[in-house]
Amino acid sequence: MTVREMSRPVAVAVPNLERLKHALAAGIITFLLTSLIVGIETVSSTGELTFNTRYKEVVIASIAVFFGSWVVSLMREGRPLPALFGGGAVTLVLGALLIWNNLDPSLTAWLPFNAPIVNWGVLIVPASICARAAQMAAAERARAEGRATPLAGVGKALEPALPWVGIVLLVGAIALPWLPLGERTQAKKIIDICTIVLTYIMLGWGLNIVVGLAGLLDLGYVAFYAVGAYTYAMLSVYFGWSFWICLPLSGVLAATFGVLLGFPVLRLRGDYLAIVTLGFGEMIRIIITNWRAVTGGPNGINNIPRATFFGLPMERDVPEGVVSFHQFFGLEYNPNHRVIFLYYLILICALVVNFVTMRLRKLPLGRAWEALREDETACRALGINPTNTKLTAFAMGAMFAGFAGSFFAVRNQFISPESFVFLESAVILAIVVLGGLGSQIGIVLATVVLIGLPELFRELKDYRMLAFGIGMVLIMIWRPGGLMAHREPTIRLHDKTRAPPAVAAAPKPAAEAAK
Amino acid sequence: MVTFIQQLINGLTLGAVYGLIAIGYTMVYGIIGMINFAHGDIYMIGAFHSLIVILVLGFFGITWVPLALVFVLVIAVSLTALYGWAVERVAYRPLRGSTRLAPLISAIGMSIILSNSVLLLQGPRGKPLPLKTESQFAAPFQLVTQDGISAQITDKQIMIMLITVLVMVGFTLLIKRTSLGRQQRACEQDMKMASLLGVNINRTISLTFVIGAALACIAGLMVTLYYENIKFNIGFVAGIKAFSAAVVGGVGSLPGAMLGGMLIGLIEVFFSAYFSVDYKDVAAFGVLVTVLIFRPTGLLGRPEIEKV
Amino acid sequence: MTAAAPAGNGAPPLLQVEHLTMRFGGLVAIDDVSFMAPPGQITALIGPNGAGKTTVFNCLTGFYKPSVGRLTLNAPHGNFLLEQLDGFRIAQKAHVARTFQNIRLFAGMSTLENLVVAQHNKLMRASGYTVGGLFGIGGYGVAEREAVEIARHWLDRTGLMAKADWLAGSLPYGDQRRLEIARAMCTDPVLLCLDEPAAGLNARESADLNQLLLSIRGELGIGILLIEHDMSVVMGISDHIVVLDYGRKIADGTPEQIRSDVNVIKAYLGEAEDEPLPEAVAADLSHGA
Repeated sequence: MTVREMSRPVAVAVPNLERLKHALAAGIITFLLTSLIVGIETVSSTGELTFNTRYKEVVIASIAVFFGSWVVSLMREGRPLPALFGGGAVTLVLGALLIWNNLDPSLTAWLPFNAPIVNWGVLIVPASICARAAQMAAAERARAEGRATPLAGVGKALEPALPWVGIVLLVGAIALPWLPLGERTQAKKIIDICTIVLTYIMLGWGLNIVVGLAGLLDLGYVAFYAVGAYTYAMLSVYFGWSFWICLPLSGVLAATFGVLLGFPVLRLRGDYLAIVTLGFGEMIRIIITNWRAVTGGPNGINNIPRATFFGLPMERDVPEGVVSFHQFFGLEYNPNHRVIFLYYLILICALVVNFVTMRLRKLPLGRAWEALREDETACRALGINPTNTKLTAFAMGAMFAGFAGSFFAVRNQFISPESFVFLESAVILAIVVLGGLGSQIGIVLATVVLIGLPELFRELKDYRMLAFGIGMVLIMIWRPGGLMAHREPTIRLHDKTRAPPAVAAAPKPAAEAAK
Repeated sequence: MVTFIQQLINGLTLGAVYGLIAIGYTMVYGIIGMINFAHGDIYMIGAFHSLIVILVLGFFGITWVPLALVFVLVIAVSLTALYGWAVERVAYRPLRGSTRLAPLISAIGMSIILSNSVLLLQGPRGKPLPLKTESQFAAPFQLVTQDGISAQITDKQIMIMLITVLVMVGFTLLIKRTSLGRQQRACEQDMKMASLLGVNINRTISLTFVIGAALACIAGLMVTLYYENIKFNIGFVAGIKAFSAAVVGGVGSLPGAMLGGMLIGLIEVFFSAYFSVDYKDVAAFGVLVTVLIFRPTGLLGRPEIEKV
Repeated sequence: MTAAAPAGNGAPPLLQVEHLTMRFGGLVAIDDVSFMAPPGQITALIGPNGAGKTTVFNCLTGFYKPSVGRLTLNAPHGNFLLEQLDGFRIAQKAHVARTFQNIRLFAGMSTLENLVVAQHNKLMRASGYTVGGLFGIGGYGVAEREAVEIARHWLDRTGLMAKADWLAGSLPYGDQRRLEIARAMCTDPVLLCLDEPAAGLNARESADLNQLLLSIRGELGIGILLIEHDMSVVMGISDHIVVLDYGRKIADGTPEQIRSDVNVIKAYLGEAEDEPLPEAVAADLSHGA
């Protein structure tokens, strides 16, 4: 019996009273947890501390948890109908209220929570309970009638499709600026969002080398991102160096930091390494924030020069004797040129990271990384130098972060320590873990979900972090291996028709050269 | 000399707070081998609970500090302990037995949930302590005077150190004398075997989290009284420093956690006084890195021999 | 493919352990143990549980630094003092390979990948330390194909050819043990250290293991050092046995000598010297003779 099995409750049919007691306990616990932090709202605007009460939310939350817990435990025992109808009813009522409220705001008082956004978010809970119950009910019915359950074949059917998804995404990404995206500002906005998403994809692929392939828990990845950004910012603002010289320099400098930081600590075990790298990340941020003379301190560095198109500035007006980009190509000046240029720049950088990763996985270095992740002692017994191997992974990941940081600086033209807080490292790590360690496509999907969606729906901004946190916990509980947890071997002896039995039928992302 | 003594007092006070939080980290790491990333935010929740209880008591006219403290200790500590229990139950127990990374991510997620919930529910500003304490606390005791400047120790500092000592003593007795301590040690050594021998590992682990959260709440209460202002984000830095303290003292060792806390507190205060306030956190992290490089088991930890 | 080298005294021993002592704090795990392992022979290291056998292995393969002692490897490609080499360098430079008591495979990688990783150092050089391989220059492709051929050879020898693309962690137990041996052989060792290779194997699998080890010794002239409890394996294939008890060497000789050595019998059974052995025990000791 594993430890996990021992701590799971035994799945015996629980009598009604037990179930009621569980649900009651859940409700009471919710009440207690929310009674002060939610129930009392402290207000310090006047300098003196006063408070308002918010007991409506506390009571609603407790009652909701009570019913929800009762209905879910019924569902777990194989009786999904109460969950189906209960969840469905709540979803319909709440949804109707919200839609009505959009049209006629006078109904706000009827909503359970004050902010409409929160209500929409909360709506997900009864909706998912209802959906899961529906799935269970349908599966039961199918089993009773001897048919295959509805979703059983989906996984298998999707399997051959996934490499195509990668290709489609790649083609779509390349073609994006030429697609009809609407009028100028909207097109700019869409390309901008995609640029941000691509930056995080690149960071995710970079961190993937450290965490996914080599298995090193790095919680301070943002430090290398900062090194890259500040390198370009300082070299270009203080010395006037061009972006194209600074880009490789940023990578080299970040890699150097990676080696320096990694060397003393890489022999530490998992969690300790995580904390130390976290500490390093914070140290670098503190130094950047306080070393005013060099890094501009908390105000950062601004007026960072833009990148030129290999020497041709992309401005409307240029000094005498200098040819601008649009003049050179005989085009009319369009501010979107720069946006598109930056988009392709990050696309190429990200694809380079992807290419290097795929190649390295088939080279002895990449295999050594993965072997190190599996069992370091066995690696030592095979003559593999664990320290050097870990250092190369660390340095490579750092280098790519440095490139990304440089790009960040040139795109935003302003950087400050605010952009390099621990939360960024946590987000990038979440992307890598969510995507399924080592899976290139998984990371793309995870980034689109975690970064793209909140960027698209700006109203969610305040709640973005909270949604992040909830998402991280839920995904870990639901699928600890990540969205795409299957690993393709980097080399096969026989062809794929000899399917090995013990391997789960899951998509094959890593075998594709495409994104 | 005077400055030295003053900083010593300040450092020990701060160190006591770190030590209390560090105990939570060290106990959890000792028993299930994971860093409870959300523990720092439990401390923050404890501070907020304490503040809110004091606020509500004030509303009802109870402002005498000792009485208010009793209410706070009972209500805030139990509610915060419940948070500790809930976090383990929801975010960690389902992941017991999976890879190393999963509980860590879940813990980071939990930390984000806690701090952002408080941010959304209570607002981003600092919350001042709604208790007029000057009238109830005596003037600071002058300890040593030199050239007209004196090192002083305030009532609050004495109270913090006293409470910490009491808690430590009571806690050590609890662990050493009762079966809880034995059960924890059994789980630390070999969980499967402990379970086969009748130790209720779920209950033992939950109790560990509960106790850690209670101690963190006490730390939060003391910080609320001492600095008289708290914010939703105080959990993060305090958490890292407290974990550093646990590591420096030797993970799994309770006196080590306290010792580590004292050390980190003293280093932070002395560094701020004699070198630079801005970089004090760098000093604390530097200590962590140095200890991990040269003596990974900490000052009071037992060296581990890897079985091949 | 030469026959097994005779245990003559002319050839220098492959492995020479002199005065090996290992202390952990106050505990003396190994106390002044000396023995020799001749080349091209199978030397077994046996003894009751806790005698210090795995500790000897760990000292030989770089996982512990011996408190006292000299460990000399006299290999065709050079002589090495193993107690002075860093952990991984013992495998890398001295070509000493080992397997583990609790199998340590790369469970998340395939069988074939396990065998290719074992040839890491040679492949790293061929890929120009990755730089060449990254850009497709240099002879990496050829080197990788050769490595796969070597892997294929060992898959064949261990009967794992059909399962080459399986996840190593999903292999049955007996196959995992054999894979570990195949992986060790892919590092091109001169000394193969096996830590309880027959643990958990049934009688037929043990017999297969014997065949495999005999063929390795016979064809390649490699020295094998073996920790084992299974007497059918030990008595069946060893040329030379060293017996440890409480960290000390109590006997050293051929299987026949060991079988009748009074110290060995006392260590295992605690019998008085002049009492005859129980029938079952006597049968056990002569099993595989």
